[in-house]
Amino acid sequence: MKAKGHVFKYGDNVDTDVIIPARYLNATQGEELAKHCMEDIDKEFIHKVQKGDIMVANKNFGCGSSREHAPLALKCAGISCVIAETFARIFFRNAINIGLPIIECPEAAKAIQAGDEVEVDFDSGVITDKTTGASFTGQPFPEFMQKIITAGGLVNYINEA
Amino acid sequence: MGMTMTQKILAARAGLPQVVAGQLIEAELDLVLGNDITSPVAIHEMKKMNNQEVFNKDKIALVMDHFIPNKDIKSAENCKCCREFACKHEITNYFDVGEMGIEHALLPEKGLVVAGDAVIGADSHTCTYGALGAFSTGVGSTDMAAAMVTGKAWFKVPSAIRFELVGKPAKWVSGKDVILHIIGMIGVDGALYKSMEFTGDGIKNLTMDDRFTICNMAIEAGGKNGIFPVDDLAIQYMKEHSKREFTIYEADEDAEYEETYVIDLSQLKPTVSFPHLPENTRTIDQVGEIPIDQAVIGSCTNGRMDDMRAAAQVLKGRKVAKGVRCIVIPATQAIYLQAMREGLLEIFIEAGAVVSTPTCGPCLGGYMGILAEGERCISTTNRNFVGRMGHTGSEIYLASPAVAAASAVLGRIACPCEL
Repeated sequence: MKAKGHVFKYGDNVDTDVIIPARYLNATQGEELAKHCMEDIDKEFIHKVQKGDIMVANKNFGCGSSREHAPLALKCAGISCVIAETFARIFFRNAINIGLPIIECPEAAKAIQAGDEVEVDFDSGVITDKTTGASFTGQPFPEFMQKIITAGGLVNYINEA
Repeated sequence: MGMTMTQKILAARAGLPQVVAGQLIEAELDLVLGNDITSPVAIHEMKKMNNQEVFNKDKIALVMDHFIPNKDIKSAENCKCCREFACKHEITNYFDVGEMGIEHALLPEKGLVVAGDAVIGADSHTCTYGALGAFSTGVGSTDMAAAMVTGKAWFKVPSAIRFELVGKPAKWVSGKDVILHIIGMIGVDGALYKSMEFTGDGIKNLTMDDRFTICNMAIEAGGKNGIFPVDDLAIQYMKEHSKREFTIYEADEDAEYEETYVIDLSQLKPTVSFPHLPENTRTIDQVGEIPIDQAVIGSCTNGRMDDMRAAAQVLKGRKVAKGVRCIVIPATQAIYLQAMREGLLEIFIEAGAVVSTPTCGPCLGGYMGILAEGERCISTTNRNFVGRMGHTGSEIYLASPAVAAASAVLGRIACPCEL
């Protein structure tokens, strides 16, 4: 499986309140949540994002609340992968559980710039910046998590068990 | 190799003699929690599962607390979804208007969590119950859905940081100041994926409410859980609130910690987190002149009896400054009632504060105290992210109930010692 798209770049500690503000949490459908994704720190994001685009950020991405609405909003906005130095732990679980691919890779997170075209190969963990030609290797998932991802999320994984 | 307190609970609940940091395990759960925001998503996910029966109707808690009494039609639909689910599956611990409280104050009060339990909740502040010597951590809605059916959850066994607390806190220094100090010291990702284990002689000088507050904000340092050893005070609390058997686990003497910090509680000062991260802490003497528009006293972090009493002690016989809105929110019905019996509500109202029914409302910018552009709020809640309580151009300063109350009186961020 591969993801390929242009990069939206953010800094440290992108929290779930900015990914999807709580004032919209009375909605539960991904498509509706996606309309407001990132609006508190980047009003242009939702107008510019194209299906398949990639989000890159520095440390502690997704810190804050446990709202699964956050990875869901990103996924439904069209984001195909999030690359970060580190992820907050609940966001990490939620992304895997709903099938939003994420990769920890401090080198890629630092080097990749907004607007770059990036390709991610999930099988090998290789991240390629097509704009600069640089390539990086992300942290591979433990086998158990890979099984959840391959199944398409936790619910499918349990159904198959 | 020895195990930490958290590792011991996880080993026991996974049926293993030994676990090590980094190991993936599946643990049996004693309680699965959700609220009116996260449960509807979980219920929706559960409908996709082959098996749609709950594993144990007594071990699921659904607490309607974020947007209730319902603030709008969508919130009402969400609660209705939870109510119908609870009815259909005969969920014993479903808490709606009249019985509800803020989940992390309510569950210990109702005796639903005791020492040795493994608990997950679809709410990040589920880590609160570590104060009782339980392992508890926040997860998302899909994890909650899976756990409602299987009664189990997978965990990566965490490594740990030890915080050795010594000494006795000075007047006006509370559990909130302890945890804000720690977050300021290690940062908002300082305990990422790890346990925060609190030890030391100083623990005896912390009330149960202090300990709930400290564990509650472990997540604000990125922690998987926070946990206190079980002492006589914790045992007394559990005996008063629960009929359940509990199991006390202690860390091995040779347990491995990635780091140990010694914190002398007697040296701490009231502490304030500046916008827009909980790690931006300053002691009260370093705050400077910061006028405020609103003070919020409540939440799963600071809406308990100690907090109500501290705020009342400051507000008694005083008035909230002109131009400041002061909102007090007892976290549960029992706390509300007790505050009424002790005359605290009268003190709040006479001071010019408003008293609300239990709700998470303003903490996450839901309702009951939303901020306009350019407004500043001192709040006893747990997050001061951009836009958390309203307009992205508003500011939140986190502090203890005593500091929030003193700030409400003086109209600027202030120490109660100034009054």
